[in-house]
Amino acid sequence: MTAAAPARRARPGNIAAAAVGLGALAAFLLAIEILIQIGVINRFIVPPPSEIIGSFGRVIVEENVFGRFLLTASECLIAGVMLTVFGVAGGVLMHRFKLLQQACETWVAAMASAPIVLMYPLFLVIFGRNAWTIIMMGFFAALPPVILKTIEGIAGTRKVLVNVGRSFNLNATQQFWKILFPAALPTIFVGLRLGLIFALINIVGVEFLINFGGLGQLINELAERYDLAGTYAAICFVILVSIVFFMALEKAERWLRPVD
Amino acid sequence: MAAAGPQADDAILVVDDIVVRYETPDGPITAVDDVSFKVRPGEFLSVIGPSGCGKSTLFNVIGGLLSHHQGVVSVAGETISGPHKSIGMVFQEESTFPWRTVIDNVAFPLELVGMAKAKRAERARHFIGMVGLDGFENRYPGELSGGMRQRVSLARTLASEPKILLMDEPFAALDEQTRLLLGDKVLQIQQQLKQTTLLITHNITEAVQMSDRILVMTYRPGKMKRIVDIDLPRPRTSEVVTSAAFGRYVAQIWNDLREEASRGMRDEEAHVLHHEGPSS
Repeated sequence: MTAAAPARRARPGNIAAAAVGLGALAAFLLAIEILIQIGVINRFIVPPPSEIIGSFGRVIVEENVFGRFLLTASECLIAGVMLTVFGVAGGVLMHRFKLLQQACETWVAAMASAPIVLMYPLFLVIFGRNAWTIIMMGFFAALPPVILKTIEGIAGTRKVLVNVGRSFNLNATQQFWKILFPAALPTIFVGLRLGLIFALINIVGVEFLINFGGLGQLINELAERYDLAGTYAAICFVILVSIVFFMALEKAERWLRPVD
Repeated sequence: MAAAGPQADDAILVVDDIVVRYETPDGPITAVDDVSFKVRPGEFLSVIGPSGCGKSTLFNVIGGLLSHHQGVVSVAGETISGPHKSIGMVFQEESTFPWRTVIDNVAFPLELVGMAKAKRAERARHFIGMVGLDGFENRYPGELSGGMRQRVSLARTLASEPKILLMDEPFAALDEQTRLLLGDKVLQIQQQLKQTTLLITHNITEAVQMSDRILVMTYRPGKMKRIVDIDLPRPRTSEVVTSAAFGRYVAQIWNDLREEASRGMRDEEAHVLHHEGPSS
């Protein structure tokens, strides 16, 4: 018999991987600090990591960073929920109706590379200067990868699994929920991860551009004050939003499909 | 040897005059031509033939996965026109659901008929035990070997309690020793349940080890060449492969197949030369 393949739930190297990852980050920051201190990197372009760390307290206390963090995170959450509902449903429909797929797939792929953020004036006109403009821009910018990956995941389901379903006389709904969807989940989650990256970039970008609120606006304000350390500290909070969403997605994927 | 099948009135599976043609860029190909046979309740019949003789096409026709064919397949007198609950299929490729544990894989057909959770867990454990996987109920297929995964597929199909177990080279991807041991397991289960079984295979020893009768097919178009009765004592185990009678059956069937396999090889070489030309 062939050797048993390890399942994903067994993760003996996780702690070591996390330690190496954090160690690499610390080493990188230390190297930047040294390069700045010895004058190789201009401190007026890149602030020393020690200054950025020192500015966290000020940014948190004086700039209402938690409120802004929550605003950006909630915009991202709403866009993410909409992406999951409409993006996955769109992909499923396009896979189900081949004419729709043949007619639209190229356009969806083209939309993935379009600089949708530049359309913010149009969105401002449609939705007004409020959070919905930001959410909808994040949503539209992130839609293509979710749709495309959903199509890819369903189409990539092994034929033998579909035939197992057919041999048990599954109807179309059962075939979808019991075989196609769980088989496609890993690829759908790849699409959702990509989508959330696109959504967060656009949400922070539009907050920055329309000066409406959230972490994007904070970055804009701090940059205009030439508070470089504060700007980088605010960017760290954007990264924190990203980390929170990636961890939540990871948990959701493990819950829906415990193994690869 | 005998060409006669069982009487029509005691057959549980009747395959009557099946013809399957495919359109290809090189013109139409007849994959299966005029194949007819009957299977008695509790019988183990194997269909053997060289690669390209239409064995898997026949598997798909009998399982109801292929509809563009001529001829009729009927189960217990009922003509079938698609997948049928009386026929349980075990596929050649690995077909467990990787996102379900062993017990959830085996309970899958029971879940479809709406059986209560506790009851289906109990039934699933029964079939898991039958294929010798006790203790692995909560493992995922990714944690099992290839042979164990095929046993999960077999248990899942048995759990649907089909009248006919239809298997398409289920051990093809396994090594010879595992194949013999799994053959033992299938024989044991088949004898215990008196399960009517139709095995599609290209492996002569596997077919002789397990079957009551073996249908030998020709190379393309896949026609019936001969039906061989295997008169070896039951209950059988893999030890039967050491007997002289076993060797004689293997030799007889190989005599029938050698010519077909050679024809298949020549045909494939001609196909390559036609499409790619001779090498310089």
